[in-house]
Amino acid sequence: MRKTFRAGAVAMLAAAAMLTAGCSGTSGTGSSGSAGDPDQKVELTYWAWAPNLDKVVEVWNEKNPNIHVTVNKQDGGDPAVTKLLTAVKAGSGAPDLIQAEYQKIPTMVAADALADLSGTEANETESHFPDGVWDSVTLGGDALYAVPQDTGPMVFYYRADIFEKLGLSVPTTWEEYAQAAKAVHAADPEAYLGTFSSNDAGWFTGMAQQAGASWWGVDGDAWSVNIAEDPTQKVAEYWGGLVEEGTIDNKPMYTPEWNTALNTGKQVGWLSAAWGPGVLSGNAGATAGQWKVAPMPQWDASKPSTGNWGGSSTAVTTQSKNADAAAKFATWLNTDPEAVKALVKETGIYPADNEGAKSALTEAPEFFANQPDFYDVVGDAAQNVGSFTYGPNVNVAFNAYNDEFAKAAQAKQKSAFASAVESMQQVTVDDLKQSGFTVK
Amino acid sequence: MAMTATKPGPAADTAAGTPRRAKNFKSRVLIPYAMLAPGIILFLVFMAAPIVYTLVLSFQKKKVSGLGLGKGSQSQVFAGFENYVNALTDPEFLGSVLRVLLYGLILIPLMLGFALLFALLLDSRRTRAGSFSRTAIFLPYAVPAVISSLLWGFLYLPGVSPFHFLARQFGVALPSLLDPNLVTFAICNIALWGGVGFNMIVMYTSLKAVPSEIYEAAKLDGCSEIQTALRIKIPIIAPSLVMTALFSMIATLQVFAEPTTLRPLANSLSTSWSPLMLVYRDAFTRNDVYSAAATSIVIAAATFIISFLFLRVVQKRAFGQEN
Repeated sequence: MRKTFRAGAVAMLAAAAMLTAGCSGTSGTGSSGSAGDPDQKVELTYWAWAPNLDKVVEVWNEKNPNIHVTVNKQDGGDPAVTKLLTAVKAGSGAPDLIQAEYQKIPTMVAADALADLSGTEANETESHFPDGVWDSVTLGGDALYAVPQDTGPMVFYYRADIFEKLGLSVPTTWEEYAQAAKAVHAADPEAYLGTFSSNDAGWFTGMAQQAGASWWGVDGDAWSVNIAEDPTQKVAEYWGGLVEEGTIDNKPMYTPEWNTALNTGKQVGWLSAAWGPGVLSGNAGATAGQWKVAPMPQWDASKPSTGNWGGSSTAVTTQSKNADAAAKFATWLNTDPEAVKALVKETGIYPADNEGAKSALTEAPEFFANQPDFYDVVGDAAQNVGSFTYGPNVNVAFNAYNDEFAKAAQAKQKSAFASAVESMQQVTVDDLKQSGFTVK
Repeated sequence: MAMTATKPGPAADTAAGTPRRAKNFKSRVLIPYAMLAPGIILFLVFMAAPIVYTLVLSFQKKKVSGLGLGKGSQSQVFAGFENYVNALTDPEFLGSVLRVLLYGLILIPLMLGFALLFALLLDSRRTRAGSFSRTAIFLPYAVPAVISSLLWGFLYLPGVSPFHFLARQFGVALPSLLDPNLVTFAICNIALWGGVGFNMIVMYTSLKAVPSEIYEAAKLDGCSEIQTALRIKIPIIAPSLVMTALFSMIATLQVFAEPTTLRPLANSLSTSWSPLMLVYRDAFTRNDVYSAAATSIVIAAATFIISFLFLRVVQKRAFGQEN
């Protein structure tokens, strides 16, 4: 009897402890110190998931004893945003700075989570970045919601050895790409020049961006959704045609099967982004030295352009009490030559800063040691990134992409690809309207 | 009797009543509740409160004005039954329910059939290597569904599967189990692999509880092993069959981990393949926790009703002797 009671008391204490633990998550993350006084020591917290970012921040902390930044490592882009939105809803617990992927910015702005930096020194950094990237952090308006950090300009990776064996030249237009795909598949029925992946909405977005698409737009007080328009339709039908012919694979990327195919030369090319070498060396390490990079195939060879797949920025949250100091740090981190150099060295990103990319990226990545001009190709591509505006429900559109294009890729019909674009548009617009957004 | 015992007279009451009543209160009310408190608190905090909060959320919705950017442009407003109407009229939800019904129709008879077969085999007199077989059949249950789905996913993918590799050596082209018309079987197979052992153990345990005199009597009457199994063992363990069937039905309605893990491997599974995947997508991909809450409530209510009806129908037959 006594024993049971004691056990019960212990359980109760444990329950109480759990409760307090559940509630105490809010303390200790906010910032302290007052704004305005430059001699006052300021503490900033920074949620980020880029590897080794804390080493870059160390450089800042040594130079700026009055603005101390602490990196709080996050699991990744999605969980960090979910946490931030929860903290904003709760009214406390948000950090001062957060690493924000470009496509997440409108969602975070819509939830009133990001501070407008247009009144800070961050606003002076426009000339550092390509126009397309700058649009992503301003949403095409006067406000500034983040400082760009890295980008993923899209390029074409291909197996140079197999191209040589088959006597193929590197495709410079999409027409040539289709011909090369046909030749690769004809030479080996199990081999493909690429695959159409219904899992990777960001990949398709990048290719639509290359063709000139911008899926959302702000028109006065209303959003416009422009997915089912010519550029995206053109891209979808092009890929639908290749999948229908069977010259391009229809299976998703990033599966064990795809990794194996990269390793065994059954995937002969990959339309990817500047960060591609990391993936290739990780998933197909045995093929080092056999790959090369080339600009994306073009729709119009006289007007070279490319899209963006991935990339993130540094944003200041609305809960920061030291927005000016935070903006100062974000500006330094992403535009100071020393910081950008450290970013490249420590985190392996492709910097958004034009000059920084040029000076920091001189030597080709180890996986591409056979191609010394690797970063010249990528650097040229980065200059040609078209502008693209993301809307407040990117998640819904991307999810619709996954479901609709999975069906289309499975059906292997060009017409199904065209109607998948229509469905994406429909789902995205319906979602905006249902939430009460003004949609044009 | 009781009346006389609690009526000690007015004099005794005034003398000893107050301290005794206090003691009574302490031993009859305070201590039992103190001992129940951990359970009650845990239930309230981790079960009741989330359920109530889900109910509250399911009657709300997000309201945005204009561009929805910046302060105060988004608010939470009362939605009435709108989320429920949307959930019940959503063709995606209906589709996911139908898919899961088909999945359950295939899975549950197979799973319970195999579990019963294995339990009877292990319980028969001629079993060899019983404890090894029991462990071997039960072991897959200890593998988390996500891990087993990953393992099976590798085995399903034609490009990396050893089965497809072997078949190719013999010039046979196996169909991919991840094709849209076969993917339900692929998921059933994973659930079957993981679930048979658990159900088998439940049935086997209740078989072990059967007094052996019954078998001896049957044997004396000339009953064969198969007849014993069909006429004695199965009717006796009927209650545990009902229980495993009920658990399997609930687990079927809640299938989530297997299709979610297989989804990125192929084009054949949508993000709304099962009802719970739909809830997850609405809540965490589309950031619409309100309609996800309404759909969850609908699923919970349906699970409750189905379980209740099922028990109503089979209880009379299974537990007939006990009443």
